[in-house]
Amino acid sequence: MQKVVKTALAALSFTAMAAVPALAADPIKIGSVLSATGPAAFLGDPEAKTLQLYVEKLNAAGGVAGRKLELVTYDDGSDAAKANGFAKRLIEDDKVDVILGGTTTGATMGMVPLVEKAEIPFISLAGAVVIVEPVKKWVFKTPHTDRMAAEKIFADMKKRGMTKLALLSETSGFGQSGRKETIASAAKAGIEIVADETYGPKDTDVTAQLTKIKGIAGAQAILVFGLGQGPAIVTKNIAQLGIKLPHYESHGVASEEYIKLSGAAAEGVRLPAAALIVADTLPANDPQKPVVTGYAKAYSGAFKAEVSTFGGHAYDALMIYVDAVKRAGTTDKAKVRDAIEATKGFVGTGGVVNMSATDHMGLDLSAFRMLEIKGGKWTLAD
Amino acid sequence: MSEASIPTTIGRSSPETTAAALATAPGFRARHLPTIVLAIVLALLPLVLPNAYYYDVVIRILANAVLAIALNLLIGYCGQISLGHAGFFGLGAYGSAILTTHYDWTAPSALLVSAVVVGLLAWLVARVILRLKGHYLAMATLGLGIIVTIVLTNEASLTGGPDGMSVGDMRIFGLRLYGEKVWYPVFAGLVVVAVVLAGNLVESPAGRALRALHGSEVAARVVGIDTASFKTRVFVLSAVVAAIMGSLTAHYLGFITPQVASFHKSVELVTMAVVGGMASIWGSVFGAALLSLLPDLLAHFEGFETVIFGVILVATMIFLPRGIVPSLARLLRREGR
Amino acid sequence: MSQFLQLLFSGLTVGATYALAALGFSMIYNASGVINFAQGEFIMLGGMVAAVLTAAGIPLPLAVLAAIVVVALVGLLVEKLAIEPARDADITSIIIITIGVSMIVRGVVEVTLGKGGRALPHFSGETPIAIGGATLLPQSLWVMAVTAVVVAALALFFGRTRVGKGILATAHNRLAAQLVGVDVKKVLLASFGLAAALGAVGGVLIAPIATTSYDAGLMLGLKGFVAATFGGLGSGVGAIAGGLLLGLIETMTAGYLSSSYKDAVPFVLVLVILVVRPRGLFGLGPSERV
Repeated sequence: MQKVVKTALAALSFTAMAAVPALAADPIKIGSVLSATGPAAFLGDPEAKTLQLYVEKLNAAGGVAGRKLELVTYDDGSDAAKANGFAKRLIEDDKVDVILGGTTTGATMGMVPLVEKAEIPFISLAGAVVIVEPVKKWVFKTPHTDRMAAEKIFADMKKRGMTKLALLSETSGFGQSGRKETIASAAKAGIEIVADETYGPKDTDVTAQLTKIKGIAGAQAILVFGLGQGPAIVTKNIAQLGIKLPHYESHGVASEEYIKLSGAAAEGVRLPAAALIVADTLPANDPQKPVVTGYAKAYSGAFKAEVSTFGGHAYDALMIYVDAVKRAGTTDKAKVRDAIEATKGFVGTGGVVNMSATDHMGLDLSAFRMLEIKGGKWTLAD
Repeated sequence: MSEASIPTTIGRSSPETTAAALATAPGFRARHLPTIVLAIVLALLPLVLPNAYYYDVVIRILANAVLAIALNLLIGYCGQISLGHAGFFGLGAYGSAILTTHYDWTAPSALLVSAVVVGLLAWLVARVILRLKGHYLAMATLGLGIIVTIVLTNEASLTGGPDGMSVGDMRIFGLRLYGEKVWYPVFAGLVVVAVVLAGNLVESPAGRALRALHGSEVAARVVGIDTASFKTRVFVLSAVVAAIMGSLTAHYLGFITPQVASFHKSVELVTMAVVGGMASIWGSVFGAALLSLLPDLLAHFEGFETVIFGVILVATMIFLPRGIVPSLARLLRREGR
Repeated sequence: MSQFLQLLFSGLTVGATYALAALGFSMIYNASGVINFAQGEFIMLGGMVAAVLTAAGIPLPLAVLAAIVVVALVGLLVEKLAIEPARDADITSIIIITIGVSMIVRGVVEVTLGKGGRALPHFSGETPIAIGGATLLPQSLWVMAVTAVVVAALALFFGRTRVGKGILATAHNRLAAQLVGVDVKKVLLASFGLAAALGAVGGVLIAPIATTSYDAGLMLGLKGFVAATFGGLGSGVGAIAGGLLLGLIETMTAGYLSSSYKDAVPFVLVLVILVVRPRGLFGLGPSERV
């Protein structure tokens, strides 16, 4: 209900603004399709809140290039077919200037053919490599890829003198894409995958798979690739079975919820994540410090909720677009697209973004920090 | 569990419905008038559809209408529930996607082969599980659908896994089907065909008897109808229709995920048939339209969407137990008297 | 050997929760011939309410009790508002109604209690007990013990009390039960309340191990339905056996065969069982019911 009221208020205030002749220019229409409900809701929900919050903020500060922003958001209920339909609605009916979103890789890939055909800038908030590889002219993304997560973990393993990894991945899109990338890039990094097990996102117990892994001689570390509650259950099961192997998680659990759900069992778990999650403990000279503390403060202030990296991806997408519009001096889609591709040195919550014609994500491994959970808190491991 | 305690209220209103069915046995013109109106409306619709998005909405409705009509033959006329029909839809969709993408088949041959394979599978399944009654049948079909979803999710090398796979455009005799405006006549034509064929089937001797007795098998058997083979044929038919629509939808959307075969989708299909009106072809069309539009209508009630959807289901079943269209039709008829 | 023991423990724990879910299905099925697709939501609701209350500082035992009462009330409400008015509808309509109810419950929880996952504290600590090289959580013992107590209590209830006998009689023959003075309406209401409470008990027991969230009910409900069908709809013994068997099959498949296909195995088996023995393993006849 609150949201409806807010939308109504926003509409009212917008009408009031429009009455002022100086601002008579059409608003910049920002379209987004997010999974605010359904299985991916814990990703889509903070994303939707973030976009809403920052569009309001930008408008309060006078808009972008003298024009107000107007946000049109649809909830795909975590269903790729619905995302496809809503993308059509945004393109054809709402006639938006840009599309942000696609919370999941499935939803994103369902929209890609449409945006490519309609020639409209599209910044995805989903993780998998396939979104930007091969490069698609109109498609960009802000989150780190699963391949980067795997590479970061491999590097950390090597540093600790380990080469044999037991992999336990979730049967969700995120988990399976992660599994594929982990296996694909293991050989190059000199890592041997000694176990390859899976679990379902709604499983209530994963001890069977872990018992199997426990019985494998030579495994030196466990990597769990999943999202949401599943990894928390795995973490508890690992503790229950008394498995002492170093335990890595993916960037998919970089939220306070994971620690809360796993409790003491999460102690010592390492994972690659964006600096956002350790905003407070970053050294003052870190280039990302002002951005991440600013976002974390604004988000938790507005929604009384812990900040997650997922909302950060939405922040980055919106700001990269706004930045590109400012540089292009127009919302002309082709020019903005070129400007997005030319993004250099943009500091976001996910890292420092340097895009190019061959890289539509623009993040390198330095964007990931290796974190360790100590005393129930995220800390920098390096 | 004894036979007596299963509430077979399916046959509860037999005298009444029998009378109604006989009394309204319509003449040729009366029977085909609504179909002709539908055809004309569909032909004229493009004049008022402002852009591709509205075409897309209508296409989704049309595709669902075909699915619901076929499923309603099974639920409404045979009294058999299927909670796994999206599984057949998914097999058709992935059959086409995999054969055209990985094996370079032409789209029509992929569609045909998928449909035939699904038909055979459905026939096999029907032979075995249509002996089951009520909830056991619900369980069996539900299980079937879930197995399909799990296989589609796990066989990532073929299906792309949970993130799905893209599907190329459909080409028929050198004609490339691409974009809403090209697909619209295809789906519109299919709906008209589905309405006509379903009408004929329902008016066939077996269909009439089944309808008159509203699915009471014993009664139908008494009047000399081979209900078992009729049910099997309807099950296979509805499965094949689902597979074909799956193939077409996959080409139309250009991208599919295992969600197309999910339990949720199966429930959606059953809901369309039941909310619109069991044993009513026009009810299915209406139900498809209503449920396809809901996500768009409720797009701004994020969070309450599930609740509203649930309330509509429960309220319809309580207040309009025959489904919306037949209940309203009855009301109108009573008014007219 | 220790691996087998570990899988056995896990399977029994998971199986016990499936058994509780299946019992809920069977109870309502017995009283009304309805398969309640909202049963999974009762399980979810139990876990969620208890988790929210403990997070608000209410002591665990009190929170658990409150959760069971709240969910039982919801069960009564569902029967009164959604099932009773549709008494004459056919099976398909009632299936749709219960699916609708499950959406409403899930949606309301999503909107009011949020989309995030929640954990409930373990009832008596998280220190695993080591047995023969395998480990068992104290919570697993809770799950199994409470399930056993519930089963015993239900056996007493159906065997000794008037209401219980009334439910059994109604299940056997509605008309005859009515004729001998059983208030069928009340029986129905009671069965929904009981089934909801059973669901809540299951939800509260499993939440410390499995965590819970607004969408946790669907899969648990489906598994409960599979377990109930396994054992034979309406059979109490069948529900327990079906649940335990399902849990064991799942974990053994994950442990020895393929973790990717462990969820498919129960559904394949249920198909096979339905074909070979359409009334399930224990669905012999009325005398077999709890």
